[in-house]
Amino acid sequence: MINIFEVNETNEMIEKENLDVRTITLGISLLDCITDDLKKLKGNIYDKITTTARDLVKVGKEIEKEYGIPIVNKRISVTPVGLVGASACKSPDDFAKLADTLDEAAGAVGVNFIGGYSALVCKGMTKAEEMLIRSIPQALSSTRLVCSSVNLGSTRTGINMDAVRLMGKIIKETAEATKDSDSLGCAKLVVFCNAPDDNPFMAGAFHGVTEADAVINVGVSGPGVVNTALKKVRGESFEVLCETIKKTAFKVTRVGQLVAGEASVRLGIPFGIVDLSLAPTPAVGDSVADILCEIGLEHAGAPGTTAALALLNDQVKKGGVMASSYVGGLSGAFIPVSEDQGMIDAVCAGSLTIEKLEAMTCVCSVGLDMIAIPGDTAASTISGMIADEMAIGMVNQKTTAVRIIPVIGKGVGENVEFGGLLGHAPIMPVNPYSCEAFVNRKGRIPAPIHSFKN
Amino acid sequence: MKKTIITVVGKDTVGIIAKVCTYLANNRINILDISQTIVQGYFNMMMIADMNDSSKPFGDISDELAQIGEEIGVVIRCQREDIFKSMHRV
Repeated sequence: MINIFEVNETNEMIEKENLDVRTITLGISLLDCITDDLKKLKGNIYDKITTTARDLVKVGKEIEKEYGIPIVNKRISVTPVGLVGASACKSPDDFAKLADTLDEAAGAVGVNFIGGYSALVCKGMTKAEEMLIRSIPQALSSTRLVCSSVNLGSTRTGINMDAVRLMGKIIKETAEATKDSDSLGCAKLVVFCNAPDDNPFMAGAFHGVTEADAVINVGVSGPGVVNTALKKVRGESFEVLCETIKKTAFKVTRVGQLVAGEASVRLGIPFGIVDLSLAPTPAVGDSVADILCEIGLEHAGAPGTTAALALLNDQVKKGGVMASSYVGGLSGAFIPVSEDQGMIDAVCAGSLTIEKLEAMTCVCSVGLDMIAIPGDTAASTISGMIADEMAIGMVNQKTTAVRIIPVIGKGVGENVEFGGLLGHAPIMPVNPYSCEAFVNRKGRIPAPIHSFKN
Repeated sequence: MKKTIITVVGKDTVGIIAKVCTYLANNRINILDISQTIVQGYFNMMMIADMNDSSKPFGDISDELAQIGEEIGVVIRCQREDIFKSMHRV
């Protein structure tokens, strides 16, 4: 039988160490909504989302109450709209109208975000996908809850550099279109290499075409819990360090698995995966950077950071995999800047640069995330940063992503405040030298060789 | 049978257990096990309860217990046992 110490341990994790379930994300296929009539398509999409997700928020709140575990976000991901709207949309404006429909549907069911305003263009773009991409600035400035993602490359196909070049411009335009709110639109826009079909985290969640009609995916969190556990083994060997992370990740993930199972039963929708990510928040003590410091660094970014992060990421996966029947999504340690107080402190102290963050993305899940850069950064430079990150993902057969925010009207040394879970960030300097001639080359970077791995 | 864990944490005072048990009895909630300890000067109690015969929804019981806790200056929490079993049992 459960004893009082176990109960206290769990409740302390929840109360003092910010243990929560970061998101229950309901993936909904919109493939059966497709028609060539835009008005009808909008109606179909609205009806499908509001019917399938009708009870999502209510069930989420019930589970929160009964188990005493906060579920911070309830979200929806849908089939990439670049596919769904291909037949009906004749212009970027038409696509932006679909974004409005997604926003209305998400508002009607009360979720925090809806993802899937997306295009998968890792090898080539259809006309519709190009139109969707061109509509992103308008879509993200006119909606509140819609998140957008574009897959630009993969290990099997290489990198679509035409799309990379276009996304540099689109990110700038999105920043411009939302400059009144510190270019917040860019916080809802992410580009990927090797994007997973079942990611529950925003801004990159979409419901892949390999998925069933509807599916429940859950993202856990828990940097604060790992950090507290590591404080108790300060100075111990790597073996003890790794075992502690694994055990803690196991416990955190079991909660995610429980919540996912319950949500699945109560909603009558199959369980998909648990995403094992350590997702930080700006709350004090809920930081991945703080874990790196606890492992033994003065600040994130110091020499040793990449090794410490590699260790952390691997142990989280090893501990979490056994705790869940199906693991998927991004699964690893997130290293966003604005959403992690320890990362922000490291940037302010001069310890953490974009180049070091790029190195860290080689061993963690995701990539350059929530990094504020000067608003006058050239579109080609942004494309160059994207290309670098895509190359890391492509060659290492992992998911990488870029979510950077060129804050219009602000420069290095200034701060930007996004609010809520998105946090705040100091604007970081970008290498000033041009890559325009590189980015302006047409076509794609071929897929890498899958043998002779060194 | 779905079991529920009720925890009471706070400054020790007269009648905490009495109040909680009276509420549970009035709502036909059966107590299966009680353990209690003092941690760093704080009263710390855990009950394992069976709510199957209670007609009230779980959410209401949880809110009303929290309310009683506020009145006597302790924190009372009511959670399904599964969250603890998931975390601490393989």
